[in-house]
Amino acid sequence: MEVLLLLGLPAAGALALGFLGARRSAPELNVAFSLGTFLAACALTVRVIDHGDQLLAHEQFFVDPFNVFLVALTAFVGLTTSLFSRPYMRVELAHGRVTARRLRLYHAMYQLFMLTMLTALTTNNMGLLWVAMEAATLSTVLLVTLYRTPASLEAGWKYFILCGVGIAQALFGTILLYFAAERVLGAEGVTALLWTHLNAVKSQLEPSVLALAFVFLLVGYGTKVGLAPLHNWLPDAHAEGPTPISAVLSGLLLNVAIYAVVRCKILVEGSLHSPLPARMLMGFGLLSVVVGALLLWRQRDIKRLFAYSSVEHMGIVAFAFGMSGPVATFAALLHMTVHSLTKSAIFFTVGHAAQKAGSQLMENIRGLVTLSPTIGWGLMLGALAILGLPPFGVFASEFLILTTAMREQPWATPILLAALGIAFAAIFGRVQPMVFGETTARRLPHPPALLPVFAHLAIVLVLGLYVPPYLADWYRAAARLIGGL
Amino acid sequence: MTHLPWDLQLLNTCAALLLLLSFAMLSQRRIVTLVDLLAIQGGLLAVATLLLAWRTGQPHLYLSALLTVALKVAFLPWLLHRLIHRLEVYWDTEPLLNISGTLLAGVVIVVFAFGLAQPITQLANTTMRSAIGIAIAVVLLAFLMMITRRKAMSQVIGFLSMENGLFFGAMSATYGMPMVIELGVALDVLVAVLVLGVFFFQIREQFDSLDLHHLESLKESE
Repeated sequence: MEVLLLLGLPAAGALALGFLGARRSAPELNVAFSLGTFLAACALTVRVIDHGDQLLAHEQFFVDPFNVFLVALTAFVGLTTSLFSRPYMRVELAHGRVTARRLRLYHAMYQLFMLTMLTALTTNNMGLLWVAMEAATLSTVLLVTLYRTPASLEAGWKYFILCGVGIAQALFGTILLYFAAERVLGAEGVTALLWTHLNAVKSQLEPSVLALAFVFLLVGYGTKVGLAPLHNWLPDAHAEGPTPISAVLSGLLLNVAIYAVVRCKILVEGSLHSPLPARMLMGFGLLSVVVGALLLWRQRDIKRLFAYSSVEHMGIVAFAFGMSGPVATFAALLHMTVHSLTKSAIFFTVGHAAQKAGSQLMENIRGLVTLSPTIGWGLMLGALAILGLPPFGVFASEFLILTTAMREQPWATPILLAALGIAFAAIFGRVQPMVFGETTARRLPHPPALLPVFAHLAIVLVLGLYVPPYLADWYRAAARLIGGL
Repeated sequence: MTHLPWDLQLLNTCAALLLLLSFAMLSQRRIVTLVDLLAIQGGLLAVATLLLAWRTGQPHLYLSALLTVALKVAFLPWLLHRLIHRLEVYWDTEPLLNISGTLLAGVVIVVFAFGLAQPITQLANTTMRSAIGIAIAVVLLAFLMMITRRKAMSQVIGFLSMENGLFFGAMSATYGMPMVIELGVALDVLVAVLVLGVFFFQIREQFDSLDLHHLESLKESE
């Protein structure tokens, strides 16, 4: 029932907004549908707290501690982003960057995108997971090119082709998985791709095929996570699309993609009994951390800057999942949560800051704090949070990851520390003059929505000081599930 | 020499023709012909699926063959032809690597593909396991085509050819994926081509051309 609502509401929203999205009240309608989805996610969460794991609709949907918190997070950030997008897109309309017709496309695709992500999270079927991931790309391609500028078309094309090729690799991986599963579970079609069934027989799956499958699945879904060297689409798509889309791409889509990778890793590790998948995750993760941190220095566009910061943080998450202990996995899950909240909050402030300055180039954004203290401080606090300063939640997760790395993978610790230091200097050095100093900003025709920014940052702050016991229980249960070896 | 039943021989012929078609696509610069080759590839896939359906008696394979004919032989080529005429892109420019070089690279790729298929082929118990290597080769050759072509349209045809290869791989290793998944994949491919159609018009409107060298300004060294 809850799952039906959870997936039905965004589907209905996409349809309704496809017809009514050009109306003046469309942003409110978008918020209403997102709110409904969030309430359904809350109901589902309560149900999982009360009754444990849920297998629904002929085992096609599966909700366990690992994905239920991601569902709640996705629906929550979907709601706050729709709140932020309400004044933001109105300002864009007033500035003449979009037309009412394109807003209709925007709203319908926004809901469709939420639908694909929630489907990918809740489905029990590895094939359906693939279909939903591909659909998530397709629903956002036209959003990246919403402004129809040459740069946005190029970003959209790159996004489509790179993720299309990547996701084709993942399809091949899924075929191989099915091939291995069919030998154990029998060819009676449907059950051989259900994750719960695969998980039950994972130790009998043919290791050589699963190792090959994991390479393709990791490269495929890893392209969507933005793991280096497959990250090329990510900064372009973030920088050229509308800011609410940058926020959901960074805050949610990357999480969903890494969720897919981890689901595959659980199966493959169970079959291989070797640290190969873990090592591959650590390698890709570490490379992404380093590449992301170094490329931060070369950025002039504020949205590209924070897009590269996402590459870096996804690298940290992948590395932590690669370390595989219960503590590291706990930290990775916490890091996914706080990164998602912080990064979307940053994109909210960045969006309004760029609108006020009339440019996304950092050299043109100056003195935000004089004209609008809330945006200025929001950006400053968000940047400090993402850089891992205590008492924010990112500090807690990074601290856990680093201490675990010192114990289990000591060789990686100096690399991680150096990359974090480089990232700190790069981002702080650029954010500081944007927030303070002489102002060049102008007033906006619609007052910005800053409640989401501070709501996100408040949650991140709370998570840094105190993880509520039920959340910690979930993380632990999920960590046990993922922990592997 | 073992004697193969006729339907299996026909299946293997289909597989060989698919590989041949991939090479034909690699060497073809006329985009209209590329679309025709893609349609023939789809047709061969449908024939192979039908033969397999008849041989194994699995009803979902008949449906899958029907789907292939409707989507890959009829609808997509028709859509692409319309796009080509509306956009007036008939020829691709000289590829990044010249044709003979591409073909040579293709041969190396085929050898590599058969090496990659070795562990899967050994485990497969389907009647057409020898075709798995060909399926991987088709996927990789399509990938090569996407890398070396400059026109957006040729890259899309490469993308669709890659999907055909994956489909053929699924069929030869496991007699096809479950129907739900096949429908989902087909839907995604359909939507992808429709999205690309819209996209082409946007690119065209902006640059007056579908040549992808216009889309190379987003570099790191801005």
